[in-house]
Amino acid sequence: MMRFLLLFSRQGKLRLQKWFTPIPEREKKKIVRDMTTMVLARKPRSCNFLHWKDLKIVYKRYASLYFCCGLDAEENELIALEMLHRYVELLDKYFGNVCELDIIFNFEKAYFILDEFLLGGEIQETSKQVVSRAIEASDMLQETMEEYMSKPAF
Amino acid sequence: MALKIVKGSIDRMFDKNLQDLVRGIRNHKEDEAKYISTCIDEIKQELKQDNIAVKANAVCKLTYLQMLGYDVSWAAFNIVEVMSSSKFTYKRIGYLAASQCFHESTDVIMLTTNQIRKDLSSPNQYDTGVALTGLSCFVTPDLARDLANDIMTLMSHTKPYIRKKAVLIMYKVFLKYPESLRPAFPRLKEKLEDPDPGVQSAAVNVICELARRNPKNYLSLAPLFFKLMTSSTNNWVLIKIIKLFGALTPLEPRLGKKLIEPLTNLIHSTSAMSLLYECVNTVIAVLISLSSGMPNHSASIQVSLRSIQHYLGLLAMSKILKTHPKSVQSHKDLILQCLDDKDESIRLRALDLLYGMVSKKNLMEIVKKLMLHVDKAEGTTYRDELLTKIIDICSQSNYQYITNFEWYISILVELTRLEGTRHGHLIASQMLDVAIRVKAIRAFAVAQMATLLDNAHLLTGNTQRNGICEVLYAAAWICGEFSEHLEDPLSTLEAMLRPKVATLPGHIQAVYVQNAAKLFATVLRGQEGAPADRTVAQETSQLLIDRLPLFVQSANLEVQERASCILQLVKYIQKLQQKDVEVAEEVTALFAGELNPVAPKAQKKVPVPEGLDLDAWINEPPSESESEDEGRKPKGKAVFAKEESKHTKPRYTEVDEKELAKRREVRKAEQANNPFYIKASPSSQKVYQDGVGVEHIPVVQIDLSVPLKVPGMPMSDQYVKLEEERRQKDKADKKKKDKKKRREKGEKGRRRKGDSGPESEEDITPAHMVDITTEEMPENALPSDDDEKDPNDPHKKSSKHKKKKQKKEKEEKEKKKKKKHHHHHHHSDGAGDESVQNGNVEEEEPLPVSNQSSSIYSMCDIQGNLQDGSQVVVSVIFENKCDSFIKAMEFNVLDSLNSKLQRPEGAGPHDGLTVPFQLPPGISNEARFVFSVQSIVMPQKLKGTLTFIVKTDDSSTHEKLDFKLHFTCTSYLITTPCYSDAYAKLLESGDLKGSSLKLEGVSQPFHHLLARICFHHHFSVVERIGSCASMYSRSIQGHHVCLLVKTADQTVSIDAKCDEPGLLGNVLDEIKLTFSQC
Repeated sequence: MMRFLLLFSRQGKLRLQKWFTPIPEREKKKIVRDMTTMVLARKPRSCNFLHWKDLKIVYKRYASLYFCCGLDAEENELIALEMLHRYVELLDKYFGNVCELDIIFNFEKAYFILDEFLLGGEIQETSKQVVSRAIEASDMLQETMEEYMSKPAF
Repeated sequence: MALKIVKGSIDRMFDKNLQDLVRGIRNHKEDEAKYISTCIDEIKQELKQDNIAVKANAVCKLTYLQMLGYDVSWAAFNIVEVMSSSKFTYKRIGYLAASQCFHESTDVIMLTTNQIRKDLSSPNQYDTGVALTGLSCFVTPDLARDLANDIMTLMSHTKPYIRKKAVLIMYKVFLKYPESLRPAFPRLKEKLEDPDPGVQSAAVNVICELARRNPKNYLSLAPLFFKLMTSSTNNWVLIKIIKLFGALTPLEPRLGKKLIEPLTNLIHSTSAMSLLYECVNTVIAVLISLSSGMPNHSASIQVSLRSIQHYLGLLAMSKILKTHPKSVQSHKDLILQCLDDKDESIRLRALDLLYGMVSKKNLMEIVKKLMLHVDKAEGTTYRDELLTKIIDICSQSNYQYITNFEWYISILVELTRLEGTRHGHLIASQMLDVAIRVKAIRAFAVAQMATLLDNAHLLTGNTQRNGICEVLYAAAWICGEFSEHLEDPLSTLEAMLRPKVATLPGHIQAVYVQNAAKLFATVLRGQEGAPADRTVAQETSQLLIDRLPLFVQSANLEVQERASCILQLVKYIQKLQQKDVEVAEEVTALFAGELNPVAPKAQKKVPVPEGLDLDAWINEPPSESESEDEGRKPKGKAVFAKEESKHTKPRYTEVDEKELAKRREVRKAEQANNPFYIKASPSSQKVYQDGVGVEHIPVVQIDLSVPLKVPGMPMSDQYVKLEEERRQKDKADKKKKDKKKRREKGEKGRRRKGDSGPESEEDITPAHMVDITTEEMPENALPSDDDEKDPNDPHKKSSKHKKKKQKKEKEEKEKKKKKKHHHHHHHSDGAGDESVQNGNVEEEEPLPVSNQSSSIYSMCDIQGNLQDGSQVVVSVIFENKCDSFIKAMEFNVLDSLNSKLQRPEGAGPHDGLTVPFQLPPGISNEARFVFSVQSIVMPQKLKGTLTFIVKTDDSSTHEKLDFKLHFTCTSYLITTPCYSDAYAKLLESGDLKGSSLKLEGVSQPFHHLLARICFHHHFSVVERIGSCASMYSRSIQGHHVCLLVKTADQTVSIDAKCDEPGLLGNVLDEIKLTFSQC
């Protein structure tokens, strides 16, 4: 099971955090701090896997963003790497050539996409088409609501 | 009201939305905290408004701020408000905020239960989806309990979108509320064959996760997963399934054999690295569980490992290494290459591997490479790691792989040149260890240590807290203790008394002072022979008298005490010298007697002499207060306690001289007759002297052109060369001998292949014999094989030599046992005459107790073997309930015509089977026995006995336990899923004969009743409509059994059909029995 997924910039600014198990706030902050310092200190072209406490840490850098996730000890690191990549692909498909700013300004969308892809730390849907269809459909629902709401209230 | 609404929508136009907030934060880089605090104030205002859109916007902003690390727990209630909005737009934001901010201790979660339930049953699938997603993040035990049923219903929702989410979230629910697992499991199992691939993979996911926590309960699903594995093409799913099998194989070795084939196929065919990696991992797990080993398959692993990323490949290799060291050894070059990798984590993994890979042949080469890396390494942590690894590698299993200790000593000396290492202590203990235990090396070691002492300033150099000065501790002690090997004790003594020594840590100074005295004794003895040189002796005394006061002033108590003691002694000696009295003899006597190394376990192995009761008081303890005094005793041991605690002899305080002498005599006599006591073997000395090139070793080699190195240190490389020469010579000698032999035999022209090939392990004779293991044992030590195995050794290896030894020891032990043990035959009085009921592995309920006696307790489970229609596997869990050790268990059953215990070939029909383990007190273990059964129509009862030996401290008794194995007809049934249409066809076919059963007064709910039948009698539910259900099961010989269960006010009627009426009757009787018992 994946325990958490973090996106952070090269400067160590957190861009997205998803915790698949409930963790106290203080613990979360400590993990985020540890992850950013540990991953950012790695030299380019070194390997993508680390061991941290009893977790396996898998990270990958896409442009200016680091995608980093923590896995249970018995998980497969390579599939996690593929999961990160698939998530990037999904973001890319949704935003069209995604960049860090897209995620900053539409962070809730990034979460929605993630929620369609993973659930409770497990892969929910392996097909890209199905995920993007679900996102589109719920966005449609949201868009119509927004239009409805932006009509004058009187 | 209208005004309020108007006001709200106008406000909205001026509110900041999320984008504005983000932009604002980016524009206020300097005073971000201040800007955000004003934003939070605004948000608080917004949350007070009635307009839900405004609130949702505020909550959305809060979610962003939460990510930046601000506390938003105060807004939890507002989040709930937004969650309960009827509009999807806001609901979505509300749930997102909740999943980010809520945790188990958030108290408002209690308020959400009904809202979530409402959303779960919403007609809009996206409402349901959003609720499920949110719930997966913040589900609490309470929520899990209250919503388990709703989610379970959703598992059969019409939309796959909802189904897959519901299936996945069930795992979270199981974790929080384990009681839900049982009722939900059948439905979960159904989902494994869901038409939608997403739902199917979700179900595989969940079951895999469950199985990993408790594999035993999921063994019965193995065939289903096997089918999925061979049919599925989805890599994500395959990985999960293969992982599941990895968890199952340790429990069911037969599964492993079945898996190897398809897994190797996958390894060769797949292009996905992740799948390949998973396969390799599982294959390794399988190979480990099949302890027999399959060398041909490990070859295929090798191929695949090369292609996997370095890091993971190394990880996997370390797993293989534990069981198949040979197959990894061939990759030495690859692993050595990894040491050059830029990435430190890869290098560390490679180091771990090297530890297990060394052999006598390649040790020197590997260590040489490592030494190169030590020189190159940047960063002290990695260098320290290298250092410890070098020492670990060399010293593993009692220096098994070291053939030339001169080489090892010089490696250690080279390591002392490392600046800033923390491991001086480690090097020091190695030096001491080798010098004490390898007698042949002492002369060389002493020479090296003397040079080290002479160059101590290079080691202590600049930094005071330099860990490397620890080696001086070892150097000083070795020089002092073995001073008879010193060429020039005087100059070493001089070196040890330099004023600079006073800057060393206290414990090292103390050793210096003490050993200076030893050296002094040596010098005196050296001079005594030549009376002309008496002045030298006197000068030496003067030297000590001049230098020692420095130490007398030391702040360290230990140093002070020793120094003043010795100072007084030397002064006295000086007086005697001036009177021309021969003192050398007496001074030497101060340090006479050799310190023998003693194995850490030696004390334990001394047998307690007959008639001695160690627990009895010699003197009755006077009072409590006395114990405090004893606590004070070990204080004064600081100097040698650390390293030499194992070398010091036990001290007897109240033994008079006579007694001592007598004891010594006795001991000597004993030693002479004791085969375990090996005295300084002349052979080892001889080998050492024969070694080529020992004479050529330049002990002092001054190389001024390389100022950084400690001058006068021979390089380890030279020893590598020397060693090679030696080996070659050895080989040449052997060849000559071989040739001679061959000539003698008259076999001309036939060259053996082995001659030209690389030398094998056995060919390399060590230059020094390590007279280690046996020497350290006390006389009369009880041999035992358990200390051969070091539980901490990750790479258990056994050389031929060791095995032989173990064997010998075992034989010895057995002989002893026979002599010692009085055989008492006890018959436990019918303690275990209850019948054995069968259970099912699917649930975790305690299985019915079969038999119990004072000492052993066993449970058993009888299951049909799916692969073979005439086999039944009985797994018995034996638990030792008494405080004594139980061993030599033998399990025997009186065969009936129908059922026979399968015995190994060659065993007679009445022989028992040995249970392959022993039971320490309180431990339980499981053994499996296979029975062959001809007819499964009738239940069977087999009588059997279990014999075992209970071993207490002073005696051992034979005990016997009678039991009965009850093979019910149910145990021949195997839970098999069946589709309703197949079921209908089966009933229509008319091949089945019917029978029925009525149960009165059953008050439990219908689903409990069904669960009972499923659990106890291995049925599966085909269909359930209201208070009526159809069930199905199959026997191991392929009989179909169909049940139709109906219930109406406390009466249950079961109509059953089966193609074997006898079997059916018995199964029904058993069902009846189950319900009459409750």
